[in-house]
This record gives sequence, C-alpha cells and structure tokens, in this order.
Amino acid sequence: MAAGNVVQGALFTVMVVRAASLRDDAFEHELARQIARSPRFFQNAPVVLDLRGVENLTEASEFETVKGKLRELTLTLVGVQNAQPAQLEAATEAGLASFAPTSGGGQARAERNTPPLPKTRLVTEPVRSGTQIYARGSDLIVTAAVSPGAELVADGNIHVYGALRGRALAGASGDTAARIFCTRLEAELVSIAGRYLVSEQLPPGMQSTPVQIALVDDQLTITRN
Amino acid sequence: MAKVIVVTSGKGGVGKTTTSAAFAAGLALRGHKTVVIDFDVGLRNLDLVMGCERRVVFDFINVINGDANLNQALIKDKRHDNLFIFPTSQTRDKNALKREGVERVMEELKQQFEYIICDSPAGIEHGAITALYFADSAIIVTNPEVSSVRDSDRIIGILASKSRRAERNEPAVDVHLLLTRYDPVRVAKGEMLAVDDVKEILSIPLLGVIPESESVLRASNTGTPVVFDEESPAGRAYLDAVARFLGEQREMRFVTPQRRSFFRALFGRV
Repeated sequence: MAAGNVVQGALFTVMVVRAASLRDDAFEHELARQIARSPRFFQNAPVVLDLRGVENLTEASEFETVKGKLRELTLTLVGVQNAQPAQLEAATEAGLASFAPTSGGGQARAERNTPPLPKTRLVTEPVRSGTQIYARGSDLIVTAAVSPGAELVADGNIHVYGALRGRALAGASGDTAARIFCTRLEAELVSIAGRYLVSEQLPPGMQSTPVQIALVDDQLTITRN
Repeated sequence: MAKVIVVTSGKGGVGKTTTSAAFAAGLALRGHKTVVIDFDVGLRNLDLVMGCERRVVFDFINVINGDANLNQALIKDKRHDNLFIFPTSQTRDKNALKREGVERVMEELKQQFEYIICDSPAGIEHGAITALYFADSAIIVTNPEVSSVRDSDRIIGILASKSRRAERNEPAVDVHLLLTRYDPVRVAKGEMLAVDDVKEILSIPLLGVIPESESVLRASNTGTPVVFDEESPAGRAYLDAVARFLGEQREMRFVTPQRRSFFRALFGRV
C-alpha cells in the first residue's frame, strides 16, 4: 500500500485550446466572451494547448508568450499535446507537461452537448490468461470465467457471472462508488478506485463464494451475496 | 476438405511432439492420409520421434524458399502408407517461417492430405503463432500442473484472437484439451491437478487423458510413435483420443488409480 499512498492516479477535466485558432482574433474574442459569462468556472482553469497543424512554437519564449496571453484570460497553461519533437523540447523548457493526444480534441467537446450514455461492455467468452479488458467509462459484465493472469478493468462496476480468478479493477478512474460482483471469488487481486487487496489478503471464508466488494470508509469490504 | 490441426501448449516439455507423432500415426492407422509438420525450426525433433532422422534431405524451409518442391521434402513413413513426415530445418531459426510461404505450402498439402498436423514450438512468439495461424482445430497439450494450465489458457486466448479464422471472423478454431503425463496415484495424493480441475479452469472439451507411462520415453528414443506399441497404456489412450476426435464416443480410461498402483502407493515406488 505504501506506494499507493505516495502517488495516486486521478482524472481531471482540462480544457484544450487549439493553437491554430489562437491566431484568430475572432476566436480570442469568443473565448473572452465565454469566460466573462462564467468567470468563476474559468478562474485559474488549467488549459492544454493542442499543437496539431502548427509549425511555429519551437522556442520556449514563444510558449511564454502564449502563457501570458492565456493568463490575461485567467487561464493557466499546463501542457501541450500533439507536439512535434522540436515543439515538445521547447514546451518542456518552458515548464509545460506533455499530454497524450485525445480523439477529437476541443472541437468535439464543444459540439457534444448531450454525451451518449456509455454502453456496458459485455463479454460472453472466457477471459483467458494474458488478456486485458478495459471498459472505458462504463460497467463491465463477464458471463464466463476469468482465468488467472487475466485482467478486467472498468471505470464503473465489474460483474462476473462465473469464477473470478484473475484481477479485477473497478472504478479505475477514481469512482469510489464502483463495486465488484462475482459468483465465485478466487481472484489474484481486486481493486476499487486504487485501493486493492491481493489474493492472500482476501478473507479465507470468502474463497470460492459469491461476493460483492465495495469501498466503505476507504476500506475494501467484502460481503457474501 | 483437408483439416489443419495444430498441436500446441505454450509451455515446453509437455509432450507436443510426442502427441503430434502419436496423433498423426493414429489418424493414419484409422485410414486417413496424414502429414505431420515440424514447426520447431532450429530445434528439429519430430524426425527423431518419428524415426526418420536419417532420411531427411530437404526440409520445410527449403520448400518455403522454393529450393525444393514439396514431394522432395515429404518423407513417407515405413510403417504406414498413409503417414508422411515433413521435417524442418535445424540450421535456421523461426524467422525463416514467412507467412506467405507457409500459406502456399499449406494449400499444396491440402490437395494431397486429409489431415495436416502442425507440431508447434513452445512459447507465444512468431514460431508458435505461425504454427497455429492456419489451424482449423487445435489440440491443447496440458500437464496436470498449474504453470502448464496457465500457459494453455494463454494459448487458447491467442487462438481466439490471432488465428486466421479469428482474423477473418470465420467460425472459431475448435479447441480440444489433451491432458498428458497424468498420474492418478499422485492426483489421489493431491500432488497433481485432477482432470476435472483442469477442465474447470480451461473450460474446453476434453479429448483425452494420457497416463504417465514409461513406454512414452521408450517410444521417443526408438523413434516409434507410441500408438504402434499395443501394450502401452499411453498408446491406447492416444488411440482413444483419435477416435474421439473422429467423433466416436469412448469412455475415459486411466483416470483412476488401478489396483496395482494402489499397492505401489502402499509399499512405495517400485
């Protein structure tokens, strides 16, 4: 648990601003207008600069300029994405972090007014050793056995209708309300929102029984179903 | 339509080559024209187990590279007219297995044979993937111990994701479990996994249980597939497995300790 207490993963919502659109005065005006509408929301909000399609910005000083410009709009530039090697070097020099590219970027975010409900991921075949299944932003249901050496990861709940012999990590992006359900607990590891128990820490009385696992007062709690 | 069967396991030393030899010979004995191919490039063993090591001129890699034609490389077994051996190269390595070349050879073999048995190398790298890629059926050779079971599980997963049938969204490779080196006495003592435990974990149909038997080592060393030894329990168990593969119902033998074994357990190992 020691390492888990020092470094913990967490997910944040960060605005992405396309560097290409910054050149556009109309865009800057529109951005300033939006910020003026809800100033508290944007107060010191972190921003990532998307460098896709931008050729300049290969000097640290240029990033400092952009930083200042965003600062005027009460935004804090924290990093870049889609950077070319030279741009990345300059950004690093300017003290900016590198973010993995996201699909769609800022534009998609603006267009998506009603986000589609994430569909529960359903797996009907046995999950074999060495296989990793990630249900991004949703629950995961497995209607077969999960072998030792297999790994289930879900941002939501995990249900296994069969023996759970591998690893199961629910609430992978920090949802402490996520739970794990299985009809037969023989897991190597179970985890909810970063708290975990390995096989030898599982109560012996719960072995091979149907259980549900939840986080209660920051403690993984296993109850028989 | 010719059928390609891969004999695979993930783990090494569990009996893939013994099984390939016995299964190919068993299918030949049942009247099916069968070829067994050694995919273990660089660690050629099948020729030894089949007893044809002194007759190898051209090999699999020669044929893939177009240096020899198929019929120059195929070795006809002296014990049975239906049985052919396709040896591999000892001087090359697995990277010599080019998928297009293997595909061409497979298509050519399908014209001549009913069954094509592919003896896979251990591991989950290029050699093993190439061996299983063209398979219609797979025989998963597993020993009754946890590491072998886990590796088998891994390879079943790979069959379901990386075989040609999986890539083309065709019906899945049909997968069979063959439990080898099974010792009912040690199972009774709790030293080995029982058949049902292994079946439970892997959840695939059981093709057969091959008992641990001295005759297997003797068969390997004399270059005679164990099914040719009528006295051998392992040989009979392989013939049962072949029969089940061909769709017959056969009772599982050699899965419970026999009387003789009971006394052996009482008075120590003889």
